Amino acid sequence: MFDNLSDKLQATFEKLNRRGTLRESDVNAAMREVRLALLEADVNYKVVKSFVARVKERAIGVEVAKSLNPAQQVIKIVNEELVATLGEPGKLDLSRQAPHVIMLAGLQGSGKTTTAAKLALHLRKKGQRPLLVAADIYRPAAIKQLEILGQSLDIPVHSEGDRVAPPDICANAVKRARQSAYSVVILDTAGRLHIDETLMDELVAIKKRVHPVETLLVVDAMTGQDAVRVAKTFNEKIGLSGLILTKVDGDARGGAAISVREVTGVPIKFLGTGEGLDALDVFQPDRLASRILGMGDILTLIEKAEQTMDRDTAMKMEHKLRTASFTLEDFQKQLQEVKKMGPLSSLMEMIPGMGQLSKQVSAEETDEKLRTVEAIINSMTKEERNDPAVINGRRKKRIAAGSGHTVQEVNALLSEFRQIQRMMKQLAKGKGPGNLLSMFR
Amino acid sequence: MAFGLTKKKKEDREKINKSLKKTRRGVFSAISDLFQANEIDDEMWDDLEALLIQADIGVDTSLALVSALREKVSKQGIKRVADAYDLLKTEMAALLQEAQPWSLEEPRLLHVVMVVGVNGSGKTTSIGKLAYYLKQNGRRVVLAAADTFRAAAIDQLEIWGERAGVDVIAQKPGSDPGAVVYDAIRASQASRQAEVLIIDTAGRLHTRYNLMKELEKLRTIAAKQVHRAPHEILLVLDATTGQNALTQAEKFKEAVNLTGVILTKLDGTAKGGMVFAIQEKLGIPVRFVGTGEGIEDFAEFDPEMFVESLFAPA
Ligand SMILES: Nc1nc2c(ncn2[C@@H]2O[C@H](COP(=O)(O)OP(=O)(O)OP(=O)(O)O)[C@@H](O)[C@H]2O)c(=O)[nH]1
Ligand SMILES: [Mg+2]
Repeated sequence: MFDNLSDKLQATFEKLNRRGTLRESDVNAAMREVRLALLEADVNYKVVKSFVARVKERAIGVEVAKSLNPAQQVIKIVNEELVATLGEPGKLDLSRQAPHVIMLAGLQGSGKTTTAAKLALHLRKKGQRPLLVAADIYRPAAIKQLEILGQSLDIPVHSEGDRVAPPDICANAVKRARQSAYSVVILDTAGRLHIDETLMDELVAIKKRVHPVETLLVVDAMTGQDAVRVAKTFNEKIGLSGLILTKVDGDARGGAAISVREVTGVPIKFLGTGEGLDALDVFQPDRLASRILGMGDILTLIEKAEQTMDRDTAMKMEHKLRTASFTLEDFQKQLQEVKKMGPLSSLMEMIPGMGQLSKQVSAEETDEKLRTVEAIINSMTKEERNDPAVINGRRKKRIAAGSGHTVQEVNALLSEFRQIQRMMKQLAKGKGPGNLLSMFR
Repeated sequence: MAFGLTKKKKEDREKINKSLKKTRRGVFSAISDLFQANEIDDEMWDDLEALLIQADIGVDTSLALVSALREKVSKQGIKRVADAYDLLKTEMAALLQEAQPWSLEEPRLLHVVMVVGVNGSGKTTSIGKLAYYLKQNGRRVVLAAADTFRAAAIDQLEIWGERAGVDVIAQKPGSDPGAVVYDAIRASQASRQAEVLIIDTAGRLHTRYNLMKELEKLRTIAAKQVHRAPHEILLVLDATTGQNALTQAEKFKEAVNLTGVILTKLDGTAKGGMVFAIQEKLGIPVRFVGTGEGIEDFAEFDPEMFVESLFAPA
């Protein structure tokens, strides 16, 4: 897991002389790693080429900031360029007269039907009255799937079976929306290959009939090199207004997002982050950028650390987190520093593999727990903090009394600390979050 | 691999050829152009590497392929581009060669096939096609609807069952998939109506720990009912998938010990190049390919034919 760009660049720069500015030869060496990282993240080959050229141009001659080492400086530039390429999150255009028609399109199995339902729920929460439209008459039981989802959300689904042509279904649905004052109409179209002329023409026909304000391409985050061709063709044939990236809750790097952004130029509007119907997130470019680089949000961590501590402390902390070598003693010291950076819960999310975990406990819970943890650690002796193994029953009683907590809470802390250490070791060994989660069940 | 099915071979070949025409016109025809037009020089090697990467073969495997080829070309003193081209074809076909026979050839009262994969990869569709394919070859097939989770998944499988003309054993939506598997096996055995039972499972991301555990459970339940079942556990992989395909295969293998891959959506422009890494690094062979949404858009995978088709001039 930590076999990532950050480490590789660190290694690259160790071989080079440290200089005040980034020289062309340094940058070239670094760009080889960047190129590989992006290719491994499924960014399209040609897109990588132009991206690397842009970064190179920006990086050569840049003064390395005091608080950063050259590797971090390069990462910062790569990250900034990546964020810029991913672009600002796009909002749905609901400014015109209702009903607003939103059409979803994409390859087979990309997640349109689920996304349609998620979008309907999202918009209802914003005060809209959505109507879902079952315009996939081809895939067996697709209509029923949408109907069941609609039912579970208590959102009506317009369907006319599988014998009516999709453009007619959509037109009828919009008519119905006008009559019954639905404010948003979401069209779930059948999955299709971009090279399927007949079915692509069908989308054009639907558009002509109902003039959607939004035509969103639904793209699977796991898509490989072909994403470019797919997005380009959809955009040329039907004209897109935005992108939705699905299955982001998996562990694909999601480099396809860069590819489709670059070739269509339309904004990414949402991310699908789970099978639950509320698992639709507004897209955040910085998050996705770190993920594509395979670094969790270590970047944000670097940035935050940069703001609140001196470089030495920041590097040490990053190192300790990464190598699992911290003790309760370190933990106590860091707690003070860390508290300056914000709630622990938000820090957890930034560490690769920990994001999932941190979602399972609320922020308040975490911070409340943190206070308990701090009180308990403060009641320990230095010896106990460095080697928790010496803490026997009698010591536990003393610590509990001293901190105003119970022996159970002391036990819980100790076992949790052991777990965290084990977890960090796993992370350091490069095991994925799947294995991590297994320890918590 | 063909269990008395050689008569299908020719049709299969035609189907694959048809679906690969587009592919040939794309990256791989460019590869053959490369070999025909250019001299063997550094630029050619770079271009070759680029083309392989764009076929989703992955950086590692692409680099390995290119450097293996380079070495052989220089060792054997190959001068002609066309000879290098032949060598590459051989290299790539060799990577996809599978010695293990398809276990449905073994004599057995009931074969159990479990089909797994991430959401939307094409499991249910492939099961419909596989059922039809086996039935065409004289097998009695029953399907088990163990995706009780996704909305209308059971209805979808039932429609495919009808199309293929095979029975579907199902319970209510939301019921325990383990119970479905148990019942399906019992029913298949009791009435002896089935030689092959194919289990449809819910799509799941390999990162979902509890869902992967559930798969392990299904496997155990099958194993308790029938000796060494499931005899085949097939991962359905969307050819459009990039580098994550290898992680998927790895994680599903960890959970349920995959025996093969069904590579779907080869009728698109994606190349499905990740199967090279999956075969090479995990030893999991491709068994079938999906080439469309129709019940007959399905064929046995033949590595030589696959590679040959990829390199055949457009
Ligand atoms: N073009 C093409 N489409 C395919 C192929 N195989 C499956 N599909 C389509 O891909 C979509 C998803 O297929 P399903 O069979 O429902 O996939 P699944 O893996 O069962 O999906 P879940 O159960 O929801 O995880 C459907 O629209 C299928 O028609 C193929 O070989 N080519
Ligand atoms: Mg299914």
